[in-house]
Amino acid sequence: MSQFLEMGGYAFYVWSAYGVSTLVLCYGLLRPYLDHKKTLREISLKRRQHKRDLND
Amino acid sequence: MIMKWLHKFSSPPYFYALSGKLIKWLSVLLVAFLAAGLYGGLVLAPADYQQGDSFRIIYVHVPAAWMSLFIYMVMAVSGTIALVWRIKLAEIVSVCSPPIGAGFTFLALVTGSIWGKPMWGTWWVWDARLTSELILLFLYLGLIGLYTAIEDKRTASRSVAILALVGVVNIPIIHYSVEWWNTLHQGPTVTKFDKPSIHIDMLIPLLNMAIAFKLYFAIALLMRSRNELLQREQNGRWVEEVLEGK
Repeated sequence: MSQFLEMGGYAFYVWSAYGVSTLVLCYGLLRPYLDHKKTLREISLKRRQHKRDLND
Repeated sequence: MIMKWLHKFSSPPYFYALSGKLIKWLSVLLVAFLAAGLYGGLVLAPADYQQGDSFRIIYVHVPAAWMSLFIYMVMAVSGTIALVWRIKLAEIVSVCSPPIGAGFTFLALVTGSIWGKPMWGTWWVWDARLTSELILLFLYLGLIGLYTAIEDKRTASRSVAILALVGVVNIPIIHYSVEWWNTLHQGPTVTKFDKPSIHIDMLIPLLNMAIAFKLYFAIALLMRSRNELLQREQNGRWVEEVLEGK
């Protein structure tokens, strides 16, 4: 296991490359996921306000 | 038949519902290919006889670089379709692609730099391959900036499509840069007409990772397109049903 982590002496390079990739790719999915929730919230809020305005 | 299906698929409520299901199924596939690619690349593949274990960076670097070009082509083609036939969905695809493409271009540059340090002795050289890839990153960022800067979404999409088309000239330059100019960057080992000059045990994980990254792009693109569609069509009646079904 420790031999695997050492990557033949290139541990720093190999793991930092994979680390950056993991961060960037996770962010790339998290961002639209959160945006989706936010968009749904905002639209439903706007619609409710619109209905209230019509009733007044 | 195909046209009929395309027409149905591009209707907003149908696309919204179907893409939701697609995202789930593609995610399962993504996990499978990613697991196979990472296990094959980090554990099963033998160390390179010249580069030792540092060559394992190839499994994120090369698929990311391929994606940076592939996404650009997807964006340019859908942008053209949007310009010529005014198909809404094509427009959405072309404006949702740049952020994903920028991510992969950034990764190709960073992982390449991390690989370059132990192999070439430097993080960066201003050679043709690296410079043209950096220009690609700026192109993507420019497209994102252009889209957010223009208020009217239809006008913004059209501007993005036109700028994307102008930038297409950079794509063959990136691909052939290692053959046209002298460079530190190694030549292609897979994408050439000859037999790939890479051992099969090293090649299979690379192909798995390439498929995984394609799936990732499809998922990210569908997610972003759904958001864009919701925002553009927020007054449509089908959105009401989406909100109720939530």
